[in-house]
Amino acid sequence: MDTAATPHSNYLTDGYSLKSWLLTRDHKRIGLLYLFSVTAFFLLGAFFAGIIRLELLTPAGDLVSSDIYNRLFTMHGVVMIFFFLIPSIPSVLGNFLVPIMIGAKDLAFPRLNLLSWYLYTFGGLFTLWALVTGGVDTGWTFYTPYSSSFSNSNVALVIVGIFINGFSSILTGLNFIVTIHKMRAPGMTWFRMPLFVWAHYATSLIFVLGTPVIAITLLMVGAERVLHLGIFDPKLGGDPVLFQHLFWFYSHPAVYIMILPAMGVASELVAAFSRKAIFGYEFVAFSSLAIAVFGFLVWGHHMFVSSESVYSAMAFSLLSFLVAIPSAVKVFNWSATMYKGSISFEAPMLYVFGFIGLFMIGGLTGLFLAAIAVDVHVTDTYFVVAHFHYIMVGGAIMMYMGGLHFWWPKIFGKLYNEFWAQVAAVTIFVGFNLTFFPQFIVGYLGMPRRYHAYPPEFQLWNILSTAGATVLAVGYAMPAFYLLHSLFKGKRAPSNPWGAKGLEWETTSPPPTHNFETPPVVTEPPYNYAK
Amino acid sequence: MVNDVTHADVEYGGTERPKHLVPLRVYFAVFAALMTLTALTVFAAMQDLGPFNTVVALVIACTKAVLVVLYFMHVRYSTKLTWAVIAGGVFWLLLLLLMTLSDYITRGPGWLHFG
Amino acid sequence: MSGTHSDEPSVLQHHFDNLGQQFEASALGMWVFLVTEVLFFGGLFTAYMVYRMTYPEAFAEASHQLNIVLGGTNTAVLIGSSLTMAMAVYAAQQGDRHKQVLFLVLTMVLGMVFLGVKSVEYSHKFAEGLVPGPNFRFEGDAIHAQLFFSLYFVMTGLHALHMIVGIGIMAVLTVFAWRGRYTSRYHTPVDVSGLYWHFVDIVWIFLFPLLYLIDRHGAVR
Repeated sequence: MDTAATPHSNYLTDGYSLKSWLLTRDHKRIGLLYLFSVTAFFLLGAFFAGIIRLELLTPAGDLVSSDIYNRLFTMHGVVMIFFFLIPSIPSVLGNFLVPIMIGAKDLAFPRLNLLSWYLYTFGGLFTLWALVTGGVDTGWTFYTPYSSSFSNSNVALVIVGIFINGFSSILTGLNFIVTIHKMRAPGMTWFRMPLFVWAHYATSLIFVLGTPVIAITLLMVGAERVLHLGIFDPKLGGDPVLFQHLFWFYSHPAVYIMILPAMGVASELVAAFSRKAIFGYEFVAFSSLAIAVFGFLVWGHHMFVSSESVYSAMAFSLLSFLVAIPSAVKVFNWSATMYKGSISFEAPMLYVFGFIGLFMIGGLTGLFLAAIAVDVHVTDTYFVVAHFHYIMVGGAIMMYMGGLHFWWPKIFGKLYNEFWAQVAAVTIFVGFNLTFFPQFIVGYLGMPRRYHAYPPEFQLWNILSTAGATVLAVGYAMPAFYLLHSLFKGKRAPSNPWGAKGLEWETTSPPPTHNFETPPVVTEPPYNYAK
Repeated sequence: MVNDVTHADVEYGGTERPKHLVPLRVYFAVFAALMTLTALTVFAAMQDLGPFNTVVALVIACTKAVLVVLYFMHVRYSTKLTWAVIAGGVFWLLLLLLMTLSDYITRGPGWLHFG
Repeated sequence: MSGTHSDEPSVLQHHFDNLGQQFEASALGMWVFLVTEVLFFGGLFTAYMVYRMTYPEAFAEASHQLNIVLGGTNTAVLIGSSLTMAMAVYAAQQGDRHKQVLFLVLTMVLGMVFLGVKSVEYSHKFAEGLVPGPNFRFEGDAIHAQLFFSLYFVMTGLHALHMIVGIGIMAVLTVFAWRGRYTSRYHTPVDVSGLYWHFVDIVWIFLFPLLYLIDRHGAVR
């Protein structure tokens, strides 16, 4: 609004010392700390993926030994899931935007918020230490009894790293829940909240309800491994499948920790670039909660080929199909929002188009996998690998990129180069499909995951996949250049460069330290684009 | 039942007052009940009730927990939101316990013998 | 809209409108945290449930090795500490500085008595060779009794760790209470710490019958 009044006073200029960043309690600065760390872990995880794809270029296991390969895919999974995907949107964009979107001055517990960044970073460093001193080879799933009794790699260190990181997740979730309940501005009723906030509320429920279970489970694995207490070891009467139950009680909902915030970003972007209110706002809001709740009822579908009982498996299979309903509600409602909207095709919207298509493929192949007969056939093949990468990369990362572009002018007050942003979005979409679609085919043909060598008849698909990964890497590298360039040479962003609705666009770019010059009062429904 | 404290609550912004002074005798009564129930659960464990030993032990433990939550933790006087948070926690605990159990109890004859 | 009517601005944090909002946020935060604790211990209770249903006899035999007198005493001690904690909150609500300190100290003392008794029990278990590992000695179904004792040590150990954290919190509260920081107008930290302490008590209320009291009617001692 009044950009001219105080052009130089904002949260970025409020202190330049290292201390003013490392001891900050401002949710916006903490969001940027997360942006920095999360990007570092993304590069690390991508580096592992690169070596994996390079190894798989040829059928023979010639680049790395199988032992090293085991460590590579494990570390790729651990770093990408626990240290990139789970914190990415909530901790970077959520941290920055949730308080602003509801008109609060900060999150309810600013010190806990800072603590959660330190826990995340500390946990990450632990994991890095484990990596430098030999890595870990159990797969990111840590299945017992291999992880607890047999693996000779640094399982215990990584467990400690993930355990510490878990506290970070819990504190973030707790902070969001309390903030959304107690800190909303006058007039910001539940049904005036942006869908981004609803999505983060649902995500926070999973953080709070799921994370403690993985924490205690990994603690038990650690106790068995280090103190030789028998808990899952079949030699001592334990049941290794019990580990899988406890592990997936968190780790299946964790997928929704990744995708729900992405859906929240998609809702904001669809509305902004269609210049229309979200169709069926309440349905989209409640579908987030439904996904969060249903997500806890389906974990057994990861265990169809374990000794899980067939009756239990059938129940889990049927419940898994249920998740398709709220997911489909979202996709239909986004489509209905775009229908007859005045759509424009700026870079963030290109990511949304990519996201919706890829998420649908990922979601529908998820239904194949929820069917027991199909799942038994393709368990531990590249079909599964392709499926979850369509959700996690095609879903979560696409929207992380889309959201980062959309709110970049707000966060830094600078405009990036739109042309290159569009080129990057298209490159990422093409590269992604070239990487992962062949994996559906090669997986269905029977190529198992987690091996560094494979029969020669699968080579064509693997060459395509590695070529795609190269394109994808170029696509991901491009934003690093033009986004950084924008920080130094970009044009100053106005308060509302997209003409979007929402409280974050009513404050200056970048926002002042306390988010608003005058505390906002909300008087209109969300996405009020009609006027 | 309740001695209301009368403070100027202006600084609480007209929101719910943060405290609800529970009379001390309620605390003492709850304490006595908890001690009695502890003795009762030990006594019940000494009796052969067949499969009901576990049931009785759990019912007594749940009763004690409810007493602590309602009175020592003041939930009886708290907002609906607090009730909802607690209900959610208990519900999710039951999900974890019962859905895991659904696998074990349907594994068929010789179930659970993997030793 | 920032209605800072407070005469002591130090207790109202900058991002809250008023003390009511600040108190509600803290209390809700603690309750949400306690929910995470429920599920944290929930993982252990799940393992306990599965294994106890699998090996009921071994679990009963192993349970008979635990000392009911010590366990029961500790239950009483912990319930007592919950009472003193509730009284400390009561004193804080009334702004009674001396009683606050008195009851906080009593709570800590009872907590330490609990930990003392617990360490006596642990040392008995070490002496009797009931600690899982190569030196585990047990007449009967030793393998599955070992499973019981693994869970016993993890569950009671984590519970004890929560007690130690709780005593640490009480110590800090006592210092602040002594300095008169908590008044009838502002005593949020005492309230929410009380919630934590009572929760730890509740965990023990379940651990006691589940670990110590399995089928005691057939027990020798």
